[in-house]
Amino acid sequence: MGEKIDLDRLDKILSPYKNKRGVLVSVLQEVQEEFGWVPPETVEHIASALKIFPSEVYGVLTFYSLFHLRPRGKDVITVCTGTACHIKGSERLLNVLRKRLGLPEGKETTADRKFTIEEVACEGTCSMAPLVLINERVCGKISEDELLSKIDKLKIESGT
Amino acid sequence: MKGDVKIKVCMGPGGIAEGAADIIESFNKELNTTGVKTAIENRCSVHKVGCLGFCAKDVLVDIIINGNKTTYEQVKTGMVSRIVKEHILKGNPVKEWAVGEEYHNFHKKQVKVVLSDCGEIDPEDINAYIEVGGYEATRKTLTSMTPEETILVIKESGLRGRGGAGFPTGLKWEICRKKQGEQKYVICNADEGDPGAFMDRAVIEGNPHSVIEGMIIGAYAIGANKGYVYIRAEYPLALKRLIKALSQAREYGFIGNNILETGFNFDIETRLGAGAFVCGEETALIASTEGKRGMPRARPPFPAERGLFGRPTVINNVETFANIPYIIKRGSQWFSSLGTEKSRGTKTFSLSGKVRNSGLIEVPLGISLREIIYDIGGGIEGGRALKAVQTGGPLGGFIPAGFLDAKVDYESLASIGSMMGSGGMVVLDETDCMVDIARFFLRFTQAESCGKCTPCRVGTKVMLEIMDRIIRGEGREGDIDLLIKLGTQIRGSALCGLGKACPTPVLTAVNHFRDEYEAHIKDGRCPSGVCEALSKDER
Repeated sequence: MGEKIDLDRLDKILSPYKNKRGVLVSVLQEVQEEFGWVPPETVEHIASALKIFPSEVYGVLTFYSLFHLRPRGKDVITVCTGTACHIKGSERLLNVLRKRLGLPEGKETTADRKFTIEEVACEGTCSMAPLVLINERVCGKISEDELLSKIDKLKIESGT
Repeated sequence: MKGDVKIKVCMGPGGIAEGAADIIESFNKELNTTGVKTAIENRCSVHKVGCLGFCAKDVLVDIIINGNKTTYEQVKTGMVSRIVKEHILKGNPVKEWAVGEEYHNFHKKQVKVVLSDCGEIDPEDINAYIEVGGYEATRKTLTSMTPEETILVIKESGLRGRGGAGFPTGLKWEICRKKQGEQKYVICNADEGDPGAFMDRAVIEGNPHSVIEGMIIGAYAIGANKGYVYIRAEYPLALKRLIKALSQAREYGFIGNNILETGFNFDIETRLGAGAFVCGEETALIASTEGKRGMPRARPPFPAERGLFGRPTVINNVETFANIPYIIKRGSQWFSSLGTEKSRGTKTFSLSGKVRNSGLIEVPLGISLREIIYDIGGGIEGGRALKAVQTGGPLGGFIPAGFLDAKVDYESLASIGSMMGSGGMVVLDETDCMVDIARFFLRFTQAESCGKCTPCRVGTKVMLEIMDRIIRGEGREGDIDLLIKLGTQIRGSALCGLGKACPTPVLTAVNHFRDEYEAHIKDGRCPSGVCEALSKDER
């Protein structure tokens, strides 16, 4: 955090939506697409463009789990915790992953912003359970060892 | 080599995950090598198709030569060259790689309506859909039927909402049709949030135009000129294919202004979800489509009377809409001849968990669970014993092995304490702990509770605390009764469908597997050895 947000990039997103109703979720999705997360500095700007209160923007941001209010890591590891994955050991995968990256429950991103761990409720690829996505690439029927070796490879690549 | 050759590679969720894109590339590469290229001239084409269903053995590849189909399973890039040389060039299928009896058994008891073209056509090519009779239903409806006649056909077909609640679709349309008002909306609920459900993803990814067609016909029937598809953000490929399909449909004049020169205007926009399970509930979905926090409101008024932006709105699930063109084309009598008296037609299910042949299936309603799990699913992995089947996701219940002959239809599943739900079906075996899995669902619904009403917000939290302490080995005498009491109260007093149904997994687990709960509480033992704090082999 602490970086300056380029308001020109934000204005470009906002201009087609000005004074339109029912567009807040779509606007926030575009902002996140552009910046990788939704920086708090953007909130008032978005609110005034859409002629709504900043509290409404915050309300929506905190309601939906896919909006990120903190910057994310370079590599994102998503563990599917759907039903089929759960009964095939997704919790164990999550535990070994947290341990290897030094991220206790409740903490998503490493301090050096290299890694983010997140959970998804179901990827809809249940025949491949248990399933992990590494930077959106599906790794199905994955074992704890396989997962850890992939993580170690990423760690070497990113120099940690 | 003689005749035309079609190569169809499964690019459903399972196929993609197993590397189907590489397989397509390999085929294209192989077909372009010298020798092969001259031999086949231009008579061979490679197509990506939607989910072929038998996800357990992905990547699946169909090779069709002069109408004769051979299906290969677990295809890897290294197998492509031999398939091309022996099968395509010389006409000798590679028998040891072709699907066997299991694959045929998997399909024997299935009846495909919604999925009939899924896995057959390229979902990114509108012409492929038109070739198999696509948009005929739209033409028929718009040019030769009145809105009232359209509603009558859907009513007579007996189609009920496939999102899980089972409300008669034709009746919903009729209520909305009769509501006065110039502006009306159609919404397709593609917010498939149940963990363990991937039917709607497969339908949109495999045949997006069937859903669009259903929406056009629905809009015509109720008199709407604007539609939305509310789609889950976790399904980027489904969204991509849908957007592509919409732009093709617009280009061909099936949506937009003056459709097929009938004077009827209708267009569709997509709205992306943002990760809130409760948005599958229709009033929450409307709030989210309006750009707000997705919180449900009390009904009535129902959306058919007061929906999006306060206007009459019909909301149907993906599968419901996907049924419509087939009903219009083949008639209500044909459709109602499938299924049971009160539950007509077919239903898709995502079969997963400890079953051998996991995958996407479509069966006539009224089929038994036994037929689904043993005949289609091939039984339990590793020959273990079946413990229970979970239907309806986090809002549904557990059906114990003793009820295997129960029929799969709206009424029968409700009568044994579960629900049809949208179509997730997760099979559990003897190594699964019913306390652990009930807690899993409760943790999910508790986290997803929107917080608007107290019974759901506080009640699920308290239930979860009780479940957590049972799993930690700190369960108390009377906890089981407390769970039942709380669950029953939440069920009777929560605001929306999510709140009312979220105690179901715990209640059905307690009801059918009380002994497992007692073992955790009284004996300090997890009989399946899943709960770490209570397992003997603890290090």
